[in-house]
Amino acid sequence: MPRVGPLVGEFFMNGDTACAEGAISAGCRFFAGYPITPATEVAERMSARLPEIDGIFVQMEDELASMNAILGASWAGVKAMTATSGPGFSLMMENLGLGVMLETPCVLANIQRAGPSTGLPTLVGQGDMMQARWGSHGCYSIIALSPSSPQECYQLTIKAFNLSEKYRLPVLIMSDEIVGHMSEKVVIPPPEDIEIFSRRKPTAVPEEYLPFEPDADLVPPMANAGEGYRFHVTGLTHDERGYPVMTAEAQDRLVRRLVQKIEQNKTDIIDIEEDGIDNAEVVVCSYGISARVSQFAVERARDEGIKVGMLRLVTVWPFPEETIRQISQRVKAFVVPEINYGQIALEVERCAGGAADTILVPNMGGSAHRPETIIDAIRGAVR
Amino acid sequence: MNLKGSDEKHYIDKYLREDRMPHIWCPGCGLGSILHCFLSGLIKTGISMDKVVVVSGIGCTGRVAGYLKLDSFHTTHGRAIPFATGLKLANPKLKVVVFSGDGDLIAIGGNHLIHAARRNIDMTVICVNNFNYGMTGGQLGPTTPLTARTTTSPIGNYERPFNVPYLAAASGAVYVARWTSMHVRRLEQTITEGLLKRGFSFIEVISPCPTVYGRMNRQPTGLDQLRYYRENSVIRHGADPKEVDIDLNGKIVVGKFIDIERPTYSDLLDEVVQKAFEPELPKPDTSKKRATVAGSTPK
Repeated sequence: MPRVGPLVGEFFMNGDTACAEGAISAGCRFFAGYPITPATEVAERMSARLPEIDGIFVQMEDELASMNAILGASWAGVKAMTATSGPGFSLMMENLGLGVMLETPCVLANIQRAGPSTGLPTLVGQGDMMQARWGSHGCYSIIALSPSSPQECYQLTIKAFNLSEKYRLPVLIMSDEIVGHMSEKVVIPPPEDIEIFSRRKPTAVPEEYLPFEPDADLVPPMANAGEGYRFHVTGLTHDERGYPVMTAEAQDRLVRRLVQKIEQNKTDIIDIEEDGIDNAEVVVCSYGISARVSQFAVERARDEGIKVGMLRLVTVWPFPEETIRQISQRVKAFVVPEINYGQIALEVERCAGGAADTILVPNMGGSAHRPETIIDAIRGAVR
Repeated sequence: MNLKGSDEKHYIDKYLREDRMPHIWCPGCGLGSILHCFLSGLIKTGISMDKVVVVSGIGCTGRVAGYLKLDSFHTTHGRAIPFATGLKLANPKLKVVVFSGDGDLIAIGGNHLIHAARRNIDMTVICVNNFNYGMTGGQLGPTTPLTARTTTSPIGNYERPFNVPYLAAASGAVYVARWTSMHVRRLEQTITEGLLKRGFSFIEVISPCPTVYGRMNRQPTGLDQLRYYRENSVIRHGADPKEVDIDLNGKIVVGKFIDIERPTYSDLLDEVVQKAFEPELPKPDTSKKRATVAGSTPK
């Protein structure tokens, strides 16, 4: 069998496969995962692709192990990812927290299905959006991106790796079953046209290296295991040396920085798409597959003469608070379609702060919204 | 450490984080001796210390990683082995050691133990077994002997414990040994051997926990427990792991039980990759239509 190497050109592929190809383009050479619908295609693609480019694919015994294996691989200096869905995402939460605490670059794709529990394994859901934000115990900030197409699965996976390396944390790709399983054209550029960011290496000599002493952007440079730095890292609250310190002061210092390194760099991280917001009376705010249905609904509502804008959240976390706040001053209402009983709508409502109404268009999962449902909500909002 | 009134350094000091002393372990605990055996055994291997990585889970033994002046990771409860698996597979040049306790490795991390052994990942696991959860105050664990008292078996344990070497051997470990923390010379030698063994090596070390387990089971000091080990240990190299169960205050069969050869995970992976693919990777074909990543969803 010939080795294929990096793909370049136009392809017809599904979102999960595109996610795997994005990872390969980003320089990911380690995948650990556990089979779960509808994320299995990511693992299958990686199992075929990584061995031929001297990467490692390992199917672990469960999602706890998968999450830990990618953390270990990242500390060995290799870009690493895993992919899962609902139940597996729950199992990964504990060690997502370890990744946050150890400031470990890695990528976790959640191809969302409908829950709770086993729910609808083969059908769409967007019920893990708040779990993505708050799922691991304790206080932290996270980055989550939400693709709306296979092309974007490819691109956002690259972006997820870049952000994870830049800000040293696990970055979540909050895809969904429909986006994961739909096949469309995916354009893969030549490697030289792809912007890649890799973790900043320490400049200090090993004797003086402090593994958690941050630079001005609050991100500490990262040494890999085996490079002679002889560092210690722990999931316990720690100081700049990486040593456990069991005090309220050390906790305050560390947790503030873990949150602030994301909050302070929000403008660099947040990516949103606005369409026709400026003279809109009502704005539809959505993400993932729901944003695609919303876009269709927005265009039909415009045909009826309704002044409606579309705000698509490519970055869901950190939440674009300031954008929502500004728009809320000018519009009557936000319409928020999502495949859950109201998660991101709560954030929109919080940021609108009463200046505009927030109208949730819920969907319990199993299918995307019908455009009519969203059009009705838009009509209701301007009435 | 400097001995009082002496400038003389001990030969393992440079591999310890002296600025983290005193350690948190109780008087009479076996972990100090075991850590010493580990470092002296490691030095004897001649492996470059820059390539050694120690991964611990949670618990008293989980604190080992933090006292070592080596690349070291203190991870989550039970997850040291999969973390170590990621390290080893991503960089095969590393010498990866998992140093953790019986609760961490056999209970909450039991699934990872058996699968890493099955895969024959090239790593050494040192499992310090004190028959209970020491750090949380001496609860029942998967290694607590029948009838032993713990803080969650105050009337005596009625759960059958795991025979740890048998579990490791049955799961596929290529090297399985057991000593107590009293057998310092033999333990050191076994650690050297285990570290140099290719594949999944597993060393169980029986260790005193006078503060809780010992106190609740009529061996209230570390010395009492060491005396028990001395009087009841039976060295039986090559013993069938099936027959090395430990009863409450009964005999402890120690020695090297398993030392076999089996291809590692990486050996088998390399073989399959070599068979599957042609050696050279082609250059990407850029003659096709040039694409761009600018923008997002194509309209």
